[in-house]
Amino acid sequence: MGIITDPAHGKAPLPPGPEQDALLRQVTGELQDKGFVIASIDKLVNWARTGSLWPMTFGLACCAIEMIHAYCSRYDLDRFGVVPRPSPRQSDVIIVAGTLTNKMAPAFRKVYDQMAEPRYVISMGSCANGGGYYHYSYSVVRGCDRVVPVDIYVPGCPPTAEALVYGILQLQKKINRTGTLWR
Amino acid sequence: MDLALKDLGDYLVGELPEEILGSELAFDQLTIKVRREAIVKVLTFLRDDVSCQFKLLVDVCGADYPEREQRFDVVYHLLSLTHNNRIRVKVTTDEQTPVPSVTGVYSAANWFEREAWDLYGIYFFDHPDLRRILTDYGFEGHPLRKDFPLTGYVEVRYDDEQKRVVYEPVKLTQEFRSFDFLSPWEGVQRMLPGDEKAGEAPPPKPAGGGA
Repeated sequence: MGIITDPAHGKAPLPPGPEQDALLRQVTGELQDKGFVIASIDKLVNWARTGSLWPMTFGLACCAIEMIHAYCSRYDLDRFGVVPRPSPRQSDVIIVAGTLTNKMAPAFRKVYDQMAEPRYVISMGSCANGGGYYHYSYSVVRGCDRVVPVDIYVPGCPPTAEALVYGILQLQKKINRTGTLWR
Repeated sequence: MDLALKDLGDYLVGELPEEILGSELAFDQLTIKVRREAIVKVLTFLRDDVSCQFKLLVDVCGADYPEREQRFDVVYHLLSLTHNNRIRVKVTTDEQTPVPSVTGVYSAANWFEREAWDLYGIYFFDHPDLRRILTDYGFEGHPLRKDFPLTGYVEVRYDDEQKRVVYEPVKLTQEFRSFDFLSPWEGVQRMLPGDEKAGEAPPPKPAGGGA
């Protein structure tokens, strides 16, 4: 629903009403008239990327439960176009949900390397953000940003499912803000 | 309940006098201390004897008491489903002395003994496959010993130009702090205002109360 923007109000989407109808009539009129419409490539590409962010769910520990809650019916993520994919080859974003241990770190790096560009990382929960509850342990990586570059940090232990949804929406805003055709 | 366990303890000491070093009953729980070399015989007896029938091995774990000569304790927890009884069997050992493995008696002991080896360094001889199970693949040290530091030694990782995860000496930005939380429900008795008058007699009521 983000493309029906009112140029007068900046980037805010237009609510359904006479103004939206007028804009739609204008665009379709142009299409019938000339046969093409001019839009910005970057905006189009960003819309496509944010509209269907497919995460590779990397549920490591308890945060995975809250991630599951976000996918279920109450905070449905499917309505944002976010469908979980089991394989890194098919996903754009990886949600690191849980404690990253020393044993898991090389495997995690390998999974991240298998993702195709453009790829994003959401670090979910305090263990993935900075070691969290197990920060002083001998076998924990103190934050998954020691292994991969992170785009969004979602704080919490565990973050509520709503907070994760908010984090994904923030990632969408970040992509809209900083995304170009080449990554 | 108490009596049944006490009878069981006495029965065991009677049946296996050379193997069992002692038994104690505390908090409704029976613990017997066994000589290290005889653990297989004792556990076989506990599993097979009609009045014991401890067919289920619940746990094999280690405990570290560094001030003792024999610093490690290997603790076996057994459960009898038919008699609804639990028993704890303890064996002491130190770093150099191996303990006979009970995998032949209970196959569940396989992974438990691997865990005790990995985390404490307690060696079990005759174990079919004694290798690390929980710690990282190249990990050196036995982490649950009391002299192993909480944060470990050479355990920090990241990815760099080598295009892989590397190990480095530990560098903590902030030391581990142990807080002493005193709960308001226990500990300091806080004086609520007005409580200091609690023991005194109430003031006399004024004559002719108000409306």
